[in-house]
Amino acid sequence: MGPLTETGILNHEGGLLMAFIIGIFFGFVLEQAGFSSSRKLAGVFYGYDFVVLRVFFTAAVTGMIGLYLMGYFGLIDLNLIWVNELFTAPAIVGGIIMGVGFIIGGFCPGTSMCGVAIGKIDAMAFVGGIILGVFFFAEAYPLFADFVNSGSKGSLKLSDVFGISDGLLIFLVTVIALIAFIVTDKIQNKVKKVEY
Amino acid sequence: MTDRSKKYMNPYLAGFLLGLVMLAAFYFTREGLGASGAFKSFVVAVVKTVAPTHAENSEFYSSYLASHSSFFSSRLVLMLIGVLAGGFISGTIMGRLKLKVEHSPKITSKKRIVMAIIGGFLFGLGAQFARGCTSGAALTGMANLSAAGYLTMIFIFGTGYIVAYFFRKNWI
Repeated sequence: MGPLTETGILNHEGGLLMAFIIGIFFGFVLEQAGFSSSRKLAGVFYGYDFVVLRVFFTAAVTGMIGLYLMGYFGLIDLNLIWVNELFTAPAIVGGIIMGVGFIIGGFCPGTSMCGVAIGKIDAMAFVGGIILGVFFFAEAYPLFADFVNSGSKGSLKLSDVFGISDGLLIFLVTVIALIAFIVTDKIQNKVKKVEY
Repeated sequence: MTDRSKKYMNPYLAGFLLGLVMLAAFYFTREGLGASGAFKSFVVAVVKTVAPTHAENSEFYSSYLASHSSFFSSRLVLMLIGVLAGGFISGTIMGRLKLKVEHSPKITSKKRIVMAIIGGFLFGLGAQFARGCTSGAALTGMANLSAAGYLTMIFIFGTGYIVAYFFRKNWI
């Protein structure tokens, strides 16, 4: 039963090897989808290419339903998987800062590594920027520490916030994703094409 | 003749495959997918090597070093090295390997580079506040129904749409 590193089936070295192999597939799929191009990624914000939304939501829905089924059939112990802790205000502020960074820089950390892999110099600059940003945070940590660690709600699930079952939440998110696919398809047909 | 380097996988197929990769990540290693964690690990490792006394005296570096594996013993680091390898393999197959600055014809290469550094800086900083980026917080968080993941995802994309207008000349 998974996660294999937690149930003792896979040792630390085995976990490292699997993380590397999973990373290869992760990078391969991102590059195949066109996520190594900042102008393709930025399309989601200007309506000329919704590839980000399509890939991202399809992956989220696949992962969501897959995890649920794997838990149901006893393939994975869902209590052992990592769920990001919620610190409400830091999660919002972090999201806003990253949103601005996305528009200005045209990449996110994972996609910038894909860009670097195929020789995009702008992606290399973005990676340099990430390192500077993390370094700045680390050096200025005493200023941010109180805020960053404020308002912890633990590893809270969205289904518990709304007081609904996991299954119903998964159904609702899937419906929202399907609606988004249809609507953005119509928008993309109306927006002027951008050559890149 | 069609240019192979402009051909991309069907986005729904790519999304489905990405979802399967994420499920494999959960099945083997519990964390799901992630990218920004590796950058943090890198910064800590560099500071520890270059300025060990500074790292010891700083709350941020010392608590990180006490609670995390060393650089090459971190799954998130190995995963990001894998991403680089996987992207390279795909780019090679598709004939997309080329050193270049990609930018809109309306801006110069130099401006694109400056904007990329600023954007990267903000993304690196924001990921520390939100405890993850688009991969680790948003995508993985959506799959495991994490409230933090959905909140961060909505604010990344919501903010993107709000500020997109002001930076439109850089892209369209």
